[in-house]
Amino acid sequence: MKTPGLLALAVLLALVPLPLLVQSGFWLQFAIFTLYFALLGQSWNLLGGYGGQRSFGHAAFFGTGAYAAAVLQVDLGVNPWLCLGLAGLFGAAAGGFVGALSFRYGLRGSYFALVTLAFAEVFRIVADSVPFTGAGVGLQIPLRQTAANFQFHDKAGFYAVILALTALATAVAWWLENSRFGAELVAVRENEDAARALGIDVNRTKLWAIALSGALAGFAGSFYAQYFLYLDPRLAYGVEVSVTALLVPLIGGAGTVLGPLIGAVALRALNEISSTVTSGAPGLNLVLYGALLIAILAFLPDGLVSLIPRLYRSRLRNA
Amino acid sequence: MLQLQILLPAVLNGLATGAVYALVALGLTLIYGVLHIVNFAHGSLLMLALYGVYFLYTLLGIDPYLALPIAVPLMFCLGYALQRSVIATASHGREENILLVTLGLSIIIDNLALYFWTADTRTINPSYAFETVDFGVAFIAVPKAVSFVGALAVTAVLRLLIQRTDLGKAIRALARERRGAELVGIDVDHVYAMSFGIGIACVGAAACLLLPSYYVHPGVGESFVLIAFTIVVLGGMGSFAGALVGGFVIGLTESLGGLFLGENLGRIGVFVIFIAILLFRPTGLFGQRA
Amino acid sequence: MSRDRRSVSRRGVLAGAAAVAALGAPAVLRAQTQSVKVGIIHPVTGGVSYSGTQGRAGALMAVEDVNGKGGIKSLGGAKIDALLSDAQSKVDVAVSEIEKYHEAGVSAIVGGYASFICLATTQAAAKHDIPYVVDVGTDDRIVSGGLTNTFRFSPGYGVFVKTAVPALKDINAAAGNPAKTAIIVHEDSAFGTGTAGLLAKELPGIGIEVLEVIKHPTPTLDFNNIVLTIKAKNPDIVIPANYYNEYVILARTMLQQKVRPKAIYSVLGGGASQYRFVKEFPEAAKYIMDCNHWYNPKVPAALELKKRTEAKDLFYTYEVFLNYTAVMLLADALERAASTDRAKITAALASSTWSGHFMPYGPTKFENGQNTGARAVNLQVQDNDIKVILPAEFANAKPVFPMPA
Repeated sequence: MKTPGLLALAVLLALVPLPLLVQSGFWLQFAIFTLYFALLGQSWNLLGGYGGQRSFGHAAFFGTGAYAAAVLQVDLGVNPWLCLGLAGLFGAAAGGFVGALSFRYGLRGSYFALVTLAFAEVFRIVADSVPFTGAGVGLQIPLRQTAANFQFHDKAGFYAVILALTALATAVAWWLENSRFGAELVAVRENEDAARALGIDVNRTKLWAIALSGALAGFAGSFYAQYFLYLDPRLAYGVEVSVTALLVPLIGGAGTVLGPLIGAVALRALNEISSTVTSGAPGLNLVLYGALLIAILAFLPDGLVSLIPRLYRSRLRNA
Repeated sequence: MLQLQILLPAVLNGLATGAVYALVALGLTLIYGVLHIVNFAHGSLLMLALYGVYFLYTLLGIDPYLALPIAVPLMFCLGYALQRSVIATASHGREENILLVTLGLSIIIDNLALYFWTADTRTINPSYAFETVDFGVAFIAVPKAVSFVGALAVTAVLRLLIQRTDLGKAIRALARERRGAELVGIDVDHVYAMSFGIGIACVGAAACLLLPSYYVHPGVGESFVLIAFTIVVLGGMGSFAGALVGGFVIGLTESLGGLFLGENLGRIGVFVIFIAILLFRPTGLFGQRA
Repeated sequence: MSRDRRSVSRRGVLAGAAAVAALGAPAVLRAQTQSVKVGIIHPVTGGVSYSGTQGRAGALMAVEDVNGKGGIKSLGGAKIDALLSDAQSKVDVAVSEIEKYHEAGVSAIVGGYASFICLATTQAAAKHDIPYVVDVGTDDRIVSGGLTNTFRFSPGYGVFVKTAVPALKDINAAAGNPAKTAIIVHEDSAFGTGTAGLLAKELPGIGIEVLEVIKHPTPTLDFNNIVLTIKAKNPDIVIPANYYNEYVILARTMLQQKVRPKAIYSVLGGGASQYRFVKEFPEAAKYIMDCNHWYNPKVPAALELKKRTEAKDLFYTYEVFLNYTAVMLLADALERAASTDRAKITAALASSTWSGHFMPYGPTKFENGQNTGARAVNLQVQDNDIKVILPAEFANAKPVFPMPA
C-alpha cells in the first residue's frame, strides 16, 4: 500500500549522485528540467488530482512566487535562499486569495477552471503595468555566481536544489495519501455534498489544498527565477506555465504520487525527441503534448501510471 | 479627455469591435447551450479561420468580405467533423474531460499554426483599411463599420435559422430535453455535430469581418478565448441576446478602458468583469441555467 | 522551462565553403585550416522578426566577406563557422540558445538585436566567459552591468538622447522656436522605456514641456486610442520610440485621424529611418525626423554594401549595417588575438582601435564594453529618400521644420 510513494522517494534518492556519474551537461540539464516539471506538476496534482479542483491558471501562484523571490532580492537585498522560502509563502497566499474568492462563491468544474485562468491573466496585466516588477521591461537578477547567492557556476548546484524541492513535493503527496487531511480532500473530490454531510468542512479543506499547492508552485517560480535570472509578465504568469502544470500530472496520472514524475519524464523525453527530429522549429513539441493529452484522455484516462498495475493503487483513484 | 470628439470615436470603435466579439461569442454560447461543452478551442479555431482568410487574400487575392461564402461553410464542416470524431469520442461524454479535450485541441491547433506559419504577425492591407466614415464630430474606420453591419446581419440570420427551420427546432428541443428529443426520433449525434458546426461557422464569419482591421498570429486564439468566455458568461450561457449585449459591453469596456487606463492596463477591465460575474452572478444578465 | 531544443543550424559554413570553392582553393589547404566557431543569434521569428532577419542577413554578409578573403590569417586562414540560432523574440529561448552555444564550444557570440534579449543573453554568456558583441541593443544597462565579456560598437540610447535633444533645440531655434510641447510614445520593453525616461528628463531643459508619456506593448496593432489622446492634447511634437511595426501603424493612424503636429521627431523610431516604410507608405513618411543609427554616406564601402543588400531584395536597414560592422569588429579582434581562446578574444576586443569601418564614428575605444567613439545622426525623410540633416560634416540636406501642412 505504501509502495508507490516509497518507490517515488527511493527513485529520487537514487538520483542524488547523478552529477558525479554523468559528465555530459546535456543529461544534467535534462534531469534538472524534468525535476522542475515534476515539481510544478506535483503542485497542480495536490489541488487538481487529489482535490479534483482543476485549475487552468496555476501560473498565478507560480508567477507570484517568482516575482516575490526576484523583487525581494533585487530591490530589498533579501538573501536569495530566504527568498526561496518566502516565495513559497507568497505562492500560498496567492492560492489562498484565489481560493477564498472562488470557493466562497461555490465555483466548481469548468467555472473554477475559467476563473483561475482569468486570475492568472489579471495578475499578468498588473505585473505588466506596475513599476516594481519592471513592468514590460522585466526584472533581471544580477549575475553573482556564488552558492551563498543561490547561483551556481556548475549546474550540479541547481540540480541539488531542484532534487530537494521535488523530493519535498513528492513527500507532501505521499503524506496526503496517508493522512486524514488527504482522505478528507479526496472525499470532497468524489462528492462534495456527501463530504459535507459527513461533517467535513469542505471550504476549509479546499482552501488548505490550494494554499499548499500554491506554496509548491511558488518554490518552482523561485527556482525558475534563479536559474534564468530573468522574469517578465509573460514568463511568470503566461498560459504556458499553467498548461505545463496541468499536462504533467494528467498525462502521468492525476491523484497519484508517481503521476507527476512519470508525466514529467514523458513530456521532457517527448520534447527532446521532437526537437531533434524537427531541428528546433518552434511549436512542434507542444503539438505533441496536446496530442498526447487527447490520447491519454481517450485511451488512458487515469494517466500513464495506470499502465503499471502494481504501482497503480485503486484506493485513492477516481471511482 | 472627455471631449466628445475623443469619446465618441472611442465609443463607436468599441461598439464595432464588440459586434464582432458578439459574433464569436454567439457560436460559443450556442455550443454551450446545446452541448453543454465549454469549448476551449473556440479561440484557436478563430485563429485558424483568420489564417484561412489571410491566405485567401494573399495567395488568391480574394477580399475578406467576399471570402464569407468560402470561410463559413468550410469552418462549418471543420466544426462538424471535430465534434463527431474527436470531441465526442475522446471525452467519453464526461463533462470534466470535455474541457480538457478542447484544451488539447487548442494546444495542437495553436502550435501547428506556430510551426507552419511562424510567430510573425500578419496583417493585410486592403485599400480601404485606413479610410474612415466621417460623422462630423466622430468617425469610424471603414473596416470597423463594415464589420459592425456584418456582425448584426449574421446574428439575424442565425436567429432565423434557430427559430424558423426544422434544424433549429431540433436544436432547441435537444438543448431543452435530450431524452425527449431522442424519443421523438432526433438523431442526437448528428444534431450535436450540426450545432457545433454552426458555432464554428460563426467563427468563420467573424474572421472574415475581423481581418481587415485586425491581425493574426498563432497566439491570437489565446487572447480571444477569454474575451469570448467573458461575453458568454456575462450574457448568460445559452442566451443569444445575452451574447450580443455582452459583446457590446465588453467591446466598450476594452475601448474606453484603453483610452482612460492606457493600452497595458486597459485590458484588465474585461477580466475583472469576468471574475466579478463568475463570483456574483454566474447566470449572467440573461442566463437560464444556474 | 519552455522549448529546449538541441540542434543549431549551420548555414554560415556553407556560405564560406562555397566562397572558398569558387576561389578554387586546393583541397589540402582547406583540410588543414581549423575554423572559429561563432554563435550568431537573432530573433528571426516573433514580434521583432523583421529586424532579426535583417540583422542575420547583415551578419552573414560579413562572414562571407571574411571567409572569402581568406579567413582569419593569424590562425592560418581559419574560417568563421557561423552557428545560427533563432531567439524567437523570447528571452527564455535566447538564454537556452546561449547555453547550447557554450556546449558547442563557440569562441564568441554576436547579435541579440533587441535590448530585452541582449540584457539576458550577455549575462548568460558571461556565466561561461564567452565574448559577446552586441549588434544593436541600445539599452545602456547592457554595458553598465559590469560584465567584462560584453562589447557594443554602436551607441546606446544615452548617446541618442544626448544627440537628439540639442539637435531638436537647434532645429527649433532655427525656425523661431514654434515648438513648446511634446508627447512621447514608447514601447514598453527595455529600450523604449529607457529612451522615454531619459527624454522626459532632458526635454524641459530645452524649453519643451512633456505633456504626456504614453506606453504600449510590442506588439500593438491598434493605435486609435493613443492617437485620440494625442489629438486631445495637441502637442507640437510627437516623439515615438518603438519597433518597426508599431511605428508604422502609429504614423498611419495619425494620418488617418488627421493629426498633424509640427513635427514627428522620433528617437530610435522603429520605422522612421527605414527605406521600407518610405517606399510602402510615402504619405505617412513625409518629413518625419529621426535620430538613429546610420552609415557614413561618404565612404564607398557603405554604399557598396547597400547595393549588395538591395540586390538580395532586402532594404538597407540599420540592422544590416550594424551587424555587418559587429562581425567585422570581431574578425579584427580574432586576427589580433590569433587564438580561439575566449579570454584572449575578450582581451583583443577590449583593446580594439579598429578603424576599418564605414560608420560615422570617432576613434574606436572601448570603456566598460562601450565604444566611446560611437555617434548618433539626425535624419529626415525628404523627396521619398532618407537624408542626413545633422551633424553638418555628414549632412546631405537641411532640416525642414515645421512640417508643411
